[in-house]
Amino acid sequence: MNTLNPAPADRLLSRPALYTLLRHAILLALAFVMLFPFYWMIVTSFRPAQEVFSGTFNWLPRQFTGWDNFRTALNDAPLLLYMFNGAVVCLGVLLVQLATAIPCGWALARYRFRGERVLFGLVLLGLCIPIQVPAIPLFLGLAITDLLNTYFALMVPFFLSVFAIFLFRQSFKTFPEDIVQAARLDGLSEKAILWTIVVPASKPAIAAFAVFSVTSHWNDLYWPLIVITNAELMTPPLGLASFADPESGANFGALMASATIVTLPLMVLFLFIQRHFIQGVTNTGVK
Amino acid sequence: MNTIATAAITAATATEPTPAKTKYRWPDSLAWWFALPASFLMLTTLILPVVIVALLSFTNYELGMPDTAFVGIDNYLSVLSDPKFWHVLRNTLLYTLFVVPGSVIGGLLLAVLVQSVGKGRRLYQCLFFLPVTATLVAMATVWKYLLHGQIGPVNQLLHSLGFTPIEFFGDPGMVLFSLAVIGVWQLAGFNMVLFIAGLVAIPQDLYDAASVDGADRPLDRFFTVTLPLLGPTMLFVIVTSSLTAFKVFDTVAVLTRGGPQGASEVILYQIYLEGFQYLRTGSAAAMTVLFLACILVLSWLQTRITERKVHYL
Repeated sequence: MNTLNPAPADRLLSRPALYTLLRHAILLALAFVMLFPFYWMIVTSFRPAQEVFSGTFNWLPRQFTGWDNFRTALNDAPLLLYMFNGAVVCLGVLLVQLATAIPCGWALARYRFRGERVLFGLVLLGLCIPIQVPAIPLFLGLAITDLLNTYFALMVPFFLSVFAIFLFRQSFKTFPEDIVQAARLDGLSEKAILWTIVVPASKPAIAAFAVFSVTSHWNDLYWPLIVITNAELMTPPLGLASFADPESGANFGALMASATIVTLPLMVLFLFIQRHFIQGVTNTGVK
Repeated sequence: MNTIATAAITAATATEPTPAKTKYRWPDSLAWWFALPASFLMLTTLILPVVIVALLSFTNYELGMPDTAFVGIDNYLSVLSDPKFWHVLRNTLLYTLFVVPGSVIGGLLLAVLVQSVGKGRRLYQCLFFLPVTATLVAMATVWKYLLHGQIGPVNQLLHSLGFTPIEFFGDPGMVLFSLAVIGVWQLAGFNMVLFIAGLVAIPQDLYDAASVDGADRPLDRFFTVTLPLLGPTMLFVIVTSSLTAFKVFDTVAVLTRGGPQGASEVILYQIYLEGFQYLRTGSAAAMTVLFLACILVLSWLQTRITERKVHYL
């Protein structure tokens, strides 16, 4: 066995230390590969166009263009407007999701009522249905009521989050019953108990869901592509997709600058709350 | 990001807390009031649309056309007899076949490596997870440049090594593989987090026992303890990854639009074109129903795996 066989004393590093070093080397190499697209995106956004097309590889721009590409990107397309739209949609969707899913999750977790099983069954079924399935009727409904090209159209399929209902049900199930009983004795209504006692205590679950919700709707392309043709209402992915194509070869510098601008808010958000984010997956994930 | 949702749910069902005796019978109306807003939304934005799409698949409905008639299973017959449908299904499956092994093995490798170091574990985890949160459409444009036929750095590297440049997105034989590289890049970090959760759950005494039995080289430990005990997690990650890969759309819509020569046409892109570009609602609805059937089969598998996992651990 290896452990009974101590490393020769003249070695510079003991065997475990060597392994550790090796592991870090592999991890750093993998991190380099995984993060290279981000690096290249940022570096290119500071390169002049002729350098991009020169066909030679350089780690850093030989000529630093400052914010030129960013200025071009912001002039070519109303990126800030797209981001504002994205923020409106994400926030609106999240608010309605929380307002409807929290009480529903509470009822499923804590009350016995007729229809409970049916409702929960539908929640479980809903979890398997991607947005592309109800998309055609939703689109037709919006077209007939003349609601295409509105914020409402962007948000409406996502108001209901069966995922949120499921997640909150799980989390509310473990809320201590003593506290609920004490609140009842104090004369609080069931509604007040939920919103003033249970919800503030369930912040981690709500935060984890909020991050998922915002990320997925900020990044969504399929649905905005269907209901929005008006450039004023485009979300970041749709805006980027619509102007990335025609002049694709033309200006990679500006394109990378726009990609940076669009990706940055979520990246910053993620880096700030990555604990919540990864813990969210881990805690609710496979255990 | 839908993956995260599916993963969380299926897993959470497995760890269902033992139901405390906390359920009280209030007047039904109270619970109904709590559930009403969500139920209303569920009916109008989920159940009805799904029922309607199933009904539409039996009609020749077209938006703006006055006459709509039931046509029986004609839509299904024409979809299933159209070589195009089998072509997009084949492409989607091929893409899935590239992405699933890549992202599962990649995620496992990352998880094992990250868990094996003491210092910097959190930092590595964070770095590898970054692609998961990135806006895929934006990163797709970056990949388009990275893999560009002439000026992309990957081709510059290949050139400097003496290889001929590859048209990653221009070569019909290459395009699905190139898209899959992006898919793997995005999914590996997510799978890593799921694997880490599985790794953490492996009791240390099993490693001690294995070590007594003589398996104490890292690779031995991996194959005698880690891998067998990760079995259930592994199955789960495979199915989740398949679901994600099967729903590929963004990169196709932004980078290739199904080209070159239809080599990257996938099922969701085809449904999108039929339903929202050509407005052939009937056949789009039929394809949607077939698509849903595939998804439900995979989801059913996922549930079965989760159930098995409960007995396993």
